Amino acid sequence: MKNMIAIFQKQIKDTLKNKSVLIEFLIFPVMSIIMECSIHIEGMPEHFFANMFAAMYVGMAPLVAMSAIISEEKEKNTLRVLLMSNVKPAEYLAGVGSYIWIICMMGGCVIGISGGYKGTELLSFLGIMVAGIFVSMLIGAAIGTSSKNQMAATSLTVPVMVIFAFLPMLSMFNASIEKVAKITYSQQISILINGIGKTGAGFENAVVISANLFIAAVLFWIAYKKSGMA
Amino acid sequence: MEYVIEMQNVVKNFDHKEVLKGVNLKVSSGEIFGLLGPSGAGKTTIIKILTGQLRCTEGASRTLGKDTGALSASIYRKMGMMMDNLGLYERLSCYDNLKLFAKIYGVRPGRISEVLKQVDLLEAAREPVSKLSKGMRGRLALARAVMNEPEILFLDEPTSGLDPQAAAMIHQLIKKQQERGAAIFLTTHNMEEAAKLCDHIALLNEGKIVEYGAPKEICLRYNHQNRLKIRLLDGRNVMLPNGKLSADEVKEYLAKEMVETIHSTEPDLETVFMELTGRGLE
Repeated sequence: MKNMIAIFQKQIKDTLKNKSVLIEFLIFPVMSIIMECSIHIEGMPEHFFANMFAAMYVGMAPLVAMSAIISEEKEKNTLRVLLMSNVKPAEYLAGVGSYIWIICMMGGCVIGISGGYKGTELLSFLGIMVAGIFVSMLIGAAIGTSSKNQMAATSLTVPVMVIFAFLPMLSMFNASIEKVAKITYSQQISILINGIGKTGAGFENAVVISANLFIAAVLFWIAYKKSGMA
Repeated sequence: MEYVIEMQNVVKNFDHKEVLKGVNLKVSSGEIFGLLGPSGAGKTTIIKILTGQLRCTEGASRTLGKDTGALSASIYRKMGMMMDNLGLYERLSCYDNLKLFAKIYGVRPGRISEVLKQVDLLEAAREPVSKLSKGMRGRLALARAVMNEPEILFLDEPTSGLDPQAAAMIHQLIKKQQERGAAIFLTTHNMEEAAKLCDHIALLNEGKIVEYGAPKEICLRYNHQNRLKIRLLDGRNVMLPNGKLSADEVKEYLAKEMVETIHSTEPDLETVFMELTGRGLE
C-alpha cells in the first residue's frame, strides 16, 4: 500500500508536467463545457454533447494515458529501477491505475455536470463511466506492458483508441456502423448513457461490456506474463 | 570469509549464443570489485544476473547469500543499483526523484537532503532532471542508489562519458560507501579507474574471466621484462635489469645528478588485457 501511494503521488507531479498525457484528460471535459454552453439547436437531444464526449472520453483518455505512462517507464528504464527497489509490479500498476481512474472520474464528473446531469442521474452517469474506464485501462495496460517503447505503444494505441473512441460517434450517423459497433464496450457505454432516465441497463449491455472486460483482462494477463513482470 | 557475491560456473545463453562461459566470482563484504572488459564482453549480463534481472542458464549465483533467481524484497532493500541507463524521471526535480525512493525504502525525509549534499546537488535540488548535465544525472542516480545505505552497491559503468571532474566526484562517493562498509561491484572498461579504485578486479573477455586479482598483483604477474627504465636529464632512456646487478649503475647516475625519472616496467592493465586476449579494452 505504501509503495502504491508513493507511485500515485509521483504520478500526480509527473502528469502535471506531461502535456501529451494531460491533454487526454482535459480535452473532452473542456470540449463538453464549451459545446454545451455555446450550441443550442432546436430539436437536438438532451445532453447531446455531454453524452457523445463521455463515450469518446471513456474510449480514449484511460486507454491512451495508461499505455503512454507504462511504455514511457519501460523505455526510460524507470520501471526497471522501481521493480529493483522493492516495488511489486501489482503495486506499480495499482498506483498508476488508481491515479488514472480518479482523474478520469473527475473528468467524467465535469462532462456530466456540463451536460446538466444532477443527483441520481449524475450518479448513474458516473457509474456507467466507471465500467468503461476500467475496460479502457486494461486495454491501455496491455498495450503499455507489451510494448518495448513509446513509439511501439503509440503505433498500437492510436488505431485501437480510434476504434473505441470514435465508433459511438460514427454510429449516430450510420446504421451499418451502429450494428458493428454494438459489440464494443464504448458503444454500449454510449447506449447506456443515452438511456439514463429512460431505458435503464439491459441484458445486452451487460453481456457486451462483460465480454469486452474479459477479453481485455486476458490480453493484459498475457502481456503481463510475457513482459516478465509477473 | 563472508562473501556477498558468489558465482559458480555461470553460463548464460541468449538464443543459442553463449554470452557467459562458466564465470566464477567471489566478492567479500566491504570490498570494491571491478569487472573489466570491452563492450560486449558480458559485464552488464553479469550485473543483471546478480541483481535478479536475468537468470543464468547453468551454474549458481548468489547475492547476499540468496539465489539470484529468487531474490526477496528483504534482499532488494539491502541493494543499491546504478545501471548504464540511469532510469531517472526527467520531468521531476532531483528532490522529487529521491523523495519517491525515500518513500519506497521507508527512509526518513531528511536523508534526501543528506545524499543531495553528498553528491553536491543540493543547490540543484528543485531543478528538473531534464535540465541537468550528464555528470549531474550520474551523481543523482548514485545518490538514489546509496539512499537506503545498501550493503552492496552495483554500478554499471558509473563514469562512462563523464568529464574527469565528475568522474573524480563519483570515485570519491564510491570510496565513502566502502568506508561505510558496503561492498561495491562495478563494471568499467576504464583500466585507470579500476586500478585506482578496486581492491580486486576480474578481466572479462568474450564471456570468460581471463584474469583475477588485485590490480597491482596482476600487473606484477605480467612483468616479464622486470626492468628499470631511467630517463636521464639529457633526454636519453636507459633500460636496466631490476636487481642488485644494476645497483652500482643506478647509484652512479644518481650520484652524478643525471636522473630525471626512474620507473619499473610492469605493464598496465590495458597491456595485460591485450597480452591475454589480443585486443584492447575500448
